[in-house]
Parts: sequence; C-alpha cells; structure tokens
Amino acid sequence: MTIGRNLVDIGYMDTLASGDSPLHRLDARAKIFTTFLLIIAVVSFDKYVVSALAPFFLYPVFLVVVGGLPSGYIARKVLLVAPFAVLVGVFNPFLDRQVLFHLGAAGVTGGWVSFASILARFALTVSAALALFSITGINSLCEALARSGVPRPFVVQLLFLNRYLFVLTGEAERISRARALRSCGGTKMGLRVFTQIVGHLLLRTLDRAERVYRAMRCRGFDGHIRIVKSSGIGRPEIVFMLGWAVLFAIFRFVNVSLVLGEAVEGFIR
Amino acid sequence: MHMADALISPAVGGTMWVISGGLIAFSAKKVREEADDRKIPLMGVLGAFIFAAQMLNFSIPGTGSSGHLGGGMILAILLGPWSAFLVMASVLAVQALFFADGGLLALGCNIFNLGFFTCFLAYPFIYKQIAGNSAGKKRILLGATLAGILGLQFGAFGVVLETVFSGISELPFRTFILMMQPIHLGIGVVEGLVTSSVVMFVMKVRPEILTAVVEKAPIGVSIKKTALSLAAAAVFTGAALSWFASADPDGLEWAMLRTSGKEKLESNGKVHGFLASLQEKTAFLPDYGFKKSIAEPGVAIKEGEQEGGAGPGAEATWPAVDPGTSTAGLVGGFITLLAVAVTGFALKRRKIAA
Repeated sequence: MTIGRNLVDIGYMDTLASGDSPLHRLDARAKIFTTFLLIIAVVSFDKYVVSALAPFFLYPVFLVVVGGLPSGYIARKVLLVAPFAVLVGVFNPFLDRQVLFHLGAAGVTGGWVSFASILARFALTVSAALALFSITGINSLCEALARSGVPRPFVVQLLFLNRYLFVLTGEAERISRARALRSCGGTKMGLRVFTQIVGHLLLRTLDRAERVYRAMRCRGFDGHIRIVKSSGIGRPEIVFMLGWAVLFAIFRFVNVSLVLGEAVEGFIR
Repeated sequence: MHMADALISPAVGGTMWVISGGLIAFSAKKVREEADDRKIPLMGVLGAFIFAAQMLNFSIPGTGSSGHLGGGMILAILLGPWSAFLVMASVLAVQALFFADGGLLALGCNIFNLGFFTCFLAYPFIYKQIAGNSAGKKRILLGATLAGILGLQFGAFGVVLETVFSGISELPFRTFILMMQPIHLGIGVVEGLVTSSVVMFVMKVRPEILTAVVEKAPIGVSIKKTALSLAAAAVFTGAALSWFASADPDGLEWAMLRTSGKEKLESNGKVHGFLASLQEKTAFLPDYGFKKSIAEPGVAIKEGEQEGGAGPGAEATWPAVDPGTSTAGLVGGFITLLAVAVTGFALKRRKIAA
C-alpha cells in the first residue's frame, strides 16, 4: 500500500531529524543558508559543465556522514524523485547533436554532455536538500524561518500541515483500505467512488478542523501561536557557513576536476 | 509538473523566489487582516487534506492511467484566494522538503505555477464569475472545468517559460509548448471534473458547508499521476518525433548561421557565440593549438567545450580534437568523485572511532 509506505517514509525523516550530531545541533539558519549557497553555485554553471560539478558532492556526503544519515536511504530517495528533470533533460541528446569532443572514435554530442550535467545537478541539489531536511527537521526549520522574517501565518501553516499530515494520510489510508477490502480485490477506483471518498475525507477534515479549533480555545488559544526558540548563531555556525562558502567559491571558479585530471595525465605521460 | 533545481538558472529561480515570497507575504498580511482565529487550524488541516487526497488515485476510463486531486481550486473555493495560496505554498514546500519533489531553488517557480494561477486567476476570474453565488450543478461543473483548464494551462506555460529562460534544457520553446499545453489541457479537464464532482458531493451531503464558505471562495482539483503517465507518453512520442525532426532544424540553424551570422537565439547564445568565434579562428589558423586555448587563464571553459559547437558543416573540417584535453575533464571528474567518496569513508571511520 503506497500510502502506508509514504507515511512510514515521512515518519522516518522525522526520526532522522531527531538524531544528535554536531550537524543536528547547528542552528537551522546556517544549514539552510549553506545549502542554498551550494544550490546556487551548482545551478549557475553553464549547461555543458559536468566535471566541475564533481567536487560539490563533498557537501551532501559530508552532511550524510557527519550527520549519521543512512546513505542508502538518501540515495534511494534521490533516485525515486523528480522524474521531471530527467524527462525534460532526456530530450537534450536528441536536440543538441553537435559533436563537442571525441572519446576515442566516438563523438560525444553537446546533448549528452548537457544531459549528464542535468543529472549531476539533479543529484547534487536533491541530495543536499534531502540531507538538509533529514538533519534539521520541520520544527527547527520553521523556527529558523520565523526568525528569518518569514510571515508568521505561513510558518504556522507549515507547522500545522506537518502536524496533521500524519493524521489525515492515516485517515485516507484507512478509508482506502476499507474500500479495497470490500471491493473483492479490485484495486482500481472509479471517479464516482473516488469522489465520494475524497468528499467524505473532506467532511471529516472540516469536522476535525472545528474540533481542533475548540480544543485550542479550551487551552487558551488567543490567535497567536508561540514558537520555541532554541539555538542561535554562534561560532560553530559561522565556521560552518564560512568554511563551506570558501570551498564552494573555490569549486565554482576553479575546475578542480580538470586540474586534477590534467595533473594525473601529465604524470602518466 | 514540478520544476526541478536541475533545470533552472539562478536568475530564474531567484526571480521566482522573490515573486512567490512577495505573494506569500502579501497573502499572509491579508489573512492576518481577516483575523479569523478559526481559519488557523482550518488551513492547516485542509493542507494536510490536500496531501492525503493526493495519495488517493482514481482510474481514468479508457486510458489506463490514473489521476488525483490537485487541490488548488478546492482550497480556493473553501478558503478564499489568500488563504488558499498560503496553504498551496505550504503543501509545495513540504513536498519539496519531504520528498525533494521539485527542489529548494525551484520552490519559488512551483509555488507560482501551481498556486498563483489557480488562486489569483482561475478562481476569481473564472470559477467565481461562473459558479460564484449560484448553486446550479451545471454552473459548478462549467466553472470548475474552465478554471481547472485555465489554471493548468497557465501553470504549464509557466513551466515552459521558466525552462526556456533558464536555458539548461535544449527543448526549444515551440516544441516544449506543443508538448506541455495539450497534456495539461487533458489534466485540466480531469481536474475540473473531479473538483466539481467533489463540490457537488459536498453540496448534496452537507450543503451548509458550501453555503457558509462558498460566498467567499470556490474549489479546484488537479491530477498528478495522469500528468506523469501522460508526460511519459509525451516524452516517448516527442523523443521519437524529435529524432526524425531534429535533422532539419539543425540544417536550418546552420543556414541561419550562414545567412545572418546568428546562431539560434534561445538558450545557448553565449556558448555558441564563443564557439562560433572559435570556429572562425580555427578556419583562419589551421594550426591553432587547442591545448593552448584551454590553458588560457581568461577562458573559463570546461572539458570539451572548446571543441564543441562545431556546426554540422564544420564537423568534417574540424576533427582534429586532441583526445587528451577532452579526457582530462572526465578523468579528473572521476578522481574527484573518488576523493569525495574516500573523504566520506574517512569521516565515517573517524566518527566510529571517536
């Protein structure tokens, strides 16, 4: 059942985020900032750039290893998501057929190079984002957003959404399991049944919202959600941000891979 | 149709972040002005509802594919455009964070494509005008379908524009748009149908809910799995077609280059301009050493790039590529990746030892 799997999956990311490592303890703002730096550095490359992207993998690898994240899990998630990038990128080899360089006898076209570049960008940006979220978690993330001046209603909305995500997907799963059990193995749902199920889910949701609101009022809710503030920007955060910023700048402006490759080839000759 | 980080340029991603961020701030202000306490849990729970509903699929008769609710329009109908936009943005943000669906930099694009058009165009100008205060089934069906179509057409158009402006994908504007718009026409119709049928269901079972909220806003639906399967089908057809089609455009571009001196205008102007000039140089200086050009410090180019861009006509006259230079990037890339992996293992060992 895919819904159940998704739920377990989301829950697992929460579990990872509640871990403890030097990276987990960093202020979320530092991690968000650094991850954005990486993404911007990576996507600012020209579309035919492949090898210069390689050194950037140091960042997600660092997050995964130091953050104690399961690398196989992150890798699987990277492979599973965003077929869109691959779907759009896969046209490049067909459309850009000018030979860029020769590898032995075979000519490598610009399309293949730019497709490889898209795949590398994809792997980098997605793994960095997943690793960031897995060592941060929604609560610290929302706290960081609130402290960075993101409008409160939006932050509160994110927190609420995260809280009820599990409740409502669980409800959807139970409804759809109940339907499956009563449909003699029929796995497909017609539009009619779908409408009724979604409609009922919506009704239950609205009722739930009302109950939640009453419960909040009973506990003294005054229209203002308070967000706990924990960490702050200190020395570890500054070291983390500065260190990576310097590294990214080097990787961005010096093609480390090419320098290495030429050095090795020169040495062999 | 979530945009991905891998396909956008920083300029496009940044611009869309600023736009979507501004819209979020403005919507948040509007929501705060409404000062409706009740809406806080309602928005949160409805966001989770959209999430849960998107996990339920229905089969689309005759196609073998399945669809699901998009939700933007339903939210707009139940909450009004401002709150609906905030909820949509939060759903997309959580999708980007939990599932890496889309990407962090592309989040601005996605919020705009999927939130803005539905909440601020399709809802107020189509659905509300047609189905606003009347409870007629036909009007709801018509309003939701038209709004669904419009919202998704604009959303798809946004994806095309953002992709083409970023210039990472080679897809030319016309091909991409011919691929995206018809697919999203189908998705829009299905979305509209589902939206209206959910609205009508609620209307039948609990009419008071809609009479309470409908005065303020209308509903909408979208479809993800259909989109995916249709997109996959489109890619295969598109790929097959473009395989045959691309020979001609290549020739055309080549002709353009000869007649006007300009390469194709979109996407790869810089590289091609540079390569074209290189090509000219090579024609005049047959002994021009490529290795030397690589070593030139001012030329920030990557492996193979300098040899690239040989137009179809130039290929035959320019086979003298030094294999050394083109492999240096590859070799170096692999070594770097290896080094990254080794660093990772070393860090891990140190961690275990510690």
